[in-house]
Amino acid sequence: MRLAQVQDQTPRRWVRRLLAVALAAIALPTIWAGPATASTPGPCAADSTQGCLDGFLRSTEGQPLAGVVLKVTDPSGKMTSITSGADGSWSAPVPADGEYSVELDVSTLPPGQKIAQPDQNPLKTQARVGSTTSLLFSLGSGGVSTAPSGAASPSVVATSGTGTSGVSWERVAQQATSGLIFGLLLALASIGLSLIYGTTGLSNFAHGEQVTLGGILAYVFCQLVGLPLILSAIIAVLLAAASGWMQDAWIWHQLRKRRIGTTQQMIVTIGLSMALQYGFQFFFGGDKLRIVTTTPTIITVGPVTFTRTTLISVVIAIVALGAVSYFLLATRIGRATRAVSDSPALAAASGISVERIIRIVWTLGAGLAGLGGVLMGLYLNATNWDMGGAMLLLMFSAVTLGGLGAAFGALAGSLVIGLVVEMSSLVIPNDMRYAGALLILILVLLFRPQGILGRAERIG
Amino acid sequence: MDWTRILTNVLGEMLAPTTAAYALAAVGLNIHFGLTGLLNMGQAGFMLLGAYGFAIATIAGWPIWGAVLVAIAASALFALLLGIPTLKLRGDYLAIVTIAAAEIVRLIGRSTALTSLTGASSGLRGDSYKTTFQNLSPFPTGTTTIGPFSYSNNFSNSWWIRLVGWAIVLIACLFVYLLIRSPWGRVLKGIREDEEAVRSLGKNVFAYKMQSLVLGGVIGAVAGIVYVMPRAVQPDSMGRPMTFFVWTILLLGGAATVFGPVLGSIVFWAGLMLIKSVMRDGVSDSFISSGQIEQLGWVIVGVTLMLLVIFRPQGVLGDKKELAINVR
Repeated sequence: MRLAQVQDQTPRRWVRRLLAVALAAIALPTIWAGPATASTPGPCAADSTQGCLDGFLRSTEGQPLAGVVLKVTDPSGKMTSITSGADGSWSAPVPADGEYSVELDVSTLPPGQKIAQPDQNPLKTQARVGSTTSLLFSLGSGGVSTAPSGAASPSVVATSGTGTSGVSWERVAQQATSGLIFGLLLALASIGLSLIYGTTGLSNFAHGEQVTLGGILAYVFCQLVGLPLILSAIIAVLLAAASGWMQDAWIWHQLRKRRIGTTQQMIVTIGLSMALQYGFQFFFGGDKLRIVTTTPTIITVGPVTFTRTTLISVVIAIVALGAVSYFLLATRIGRATRAVSDSPALAAASGISVERIIRIVWTLGAGLAGLGGVLMGLYLNATNWDMGGAMLLLMFSAVTLGGLGAAFGALAGSLVIGLVVEMSSLVIPNDMRYAGALLILILVLLFRPQGILGRAERIG
Repeated sequence: MDWTRILTNVLGEMLAPTTAAYALAAVGLNIHFGLTGLLNMGQAGFMLLGAYGFAIATIAGWPIWGAVLVAIAASALFALLLGIPTLKLRGDYLAIVTIAAAEIVRLIGRSTALTSLTGASSGLRGDSYKTTFQNLSPFPTGTTTIGPFSYSNNFSNSWWIRLVGWAIVLIACLFVYLLIRSPWGRVLKGIREDEEAVRSLGKNVFAYKMQSLVLGGVIGAVAGIVYVMPRAVQPDSMGRPMTFFVWTILLLGGAATVFGPVLGSIVFWAGLMLIKSVMRDGVSDSFISSGQIEQLGWVIVGVTLMLLVIFRPQGVLGDKKELAINVR
């Protein structure tokens, strides 16, 4: 059950290195070509003095829609009308940072065309100077999402920073701070993934949904029930932990009892992930759910700005991670957990109840993921049905980078992934930053499959 | 409830080009998983690469055979790049790497940086790459009605793509049938059962696994071309869910069988259409909206996948003795 290379054929290593370089060589030009060739539809081009809003309008049959009027309202309330061009593209300049609202004038649509979700018109978005924010209005027949990924709802699709604003020290500091914050929150989510893998050998593809569950529960108690945020967050984390307990008791414990192998269980987690994801969408819809709607208080430290909520979230995350470390290193149950990770058979032989430890790990892991989800939902300003699903591969990258099954590896790996995701948007388009993190995942598996903190072991 | 209409819908879905495309993708995955035991969780990535390869080459003015070759070459190269680092590692590493690589393809495809090539998240319009395929059709322009089904002869969701799609599926099935009985196929099955035993017989396990990965990936790429023929190339509709549907289809029909993927695809799409049509007719719109019915359908797919793997991992046609999902 340890991770290991089946074979380590030294003469072949250079082949792998060579291919890694080839892979990087293929990937990097396409990524770095980004800022230079970033094609903005229409005349607006983002630079250091202005940003852009843009998009393409296409009919349900995929034909470009020309001559459709869009009304753009800037933060000061000034409204400008723009018309889509012959290729369906439209763009508007963003003279200052803030919330912009774009309304599609439905009376200018050709006959037979209408907006799929009229409640999403006007579309509000945060736009920044120096970057291009793309908006998607999808036309269709009344809210039927045709793409299984739920991409049919009108939404902000991408914010791409263009390189023209340059890499300044302020931006580096800001991105590094964001990266550390993101990494800490990612660590909360990934530690459970790593502990579960360590104790049971299961790669849990449904772990992202535990994160989403935390965020959505916080939304339910804060917005729908009307409890204060702190109380909602505590209830959400407790319920998320309970869901982990129940999942293990009702599903995974039963499967282990039936001697169903970990690969089979892994495919079961995929099924569970799908069922939960679309279950969330069934109950809460495809839109963003804002946990708090009040305007955040901005704190500025030198070149870096963040909100007060984020600061408190970071403190909570650090305390939680410290508590987990204490638990693993200094308590009896923590030591037993590490023993089970090393070898379940030996642990069982020395009198540790392996199933009890696994139950605790599931509860703890799901609770931490829930906390990660609440804080991530606050940090990203909103949660939605696939927040965790979108983070899942980043969590896997973090856990693999740190060494599968090593809890502290997950922490180190998460911080690196967080930094890479946020810092990479300095040089590559913002909408490709997750691809950079996934590329790291593949490169780590090439050169150091045991991760930063994992031990190299061989089987066979 | 209008049963005639519902049954017509279900029958139509059985023969739809999408069903053929998914069947073909599952045939490819069957070579990976059913025959060799490789956990490829990125089949949608191969399909998307195939679709992009074909569409971009056609838009650049290549003839249809050239465009198909581009799609095949792109997916073969992708398989090589994925296989070299991971095929020597344990099974679930391949799973994580393939799922990540498929996401990279999608993320790069939908990035605004490559809008001129891939059309970013709005994708490539169908009309821009369909012409060469439609021009090959021997049918006259027009619409033909057979029984309750009325489709255009050549355009988009046509009889022509149905004919070609299912013909490719049959050829692929015949190919897999011959493969399973060949000495090469026996080595693959040996690798699935016990890699060490095959290695001790002096076979180059890595090379066999690589050939299997490339072959299944190429079939996936062709499936991608069939999939985008009646629609547009939309990166976001070819993400992780698509891979999971292909897995459900394969496990439903039965891995390591010849007709399992085809049966799986037909049952999957027909079943989904039946459930959705019945709910649309039977459940009041104020209770569950049509969008929610769509999502309920996918929830049912997820639960089906879970139950299948736990209670009947061999699927409808499979042999439980032949398929132990536990690959290493």
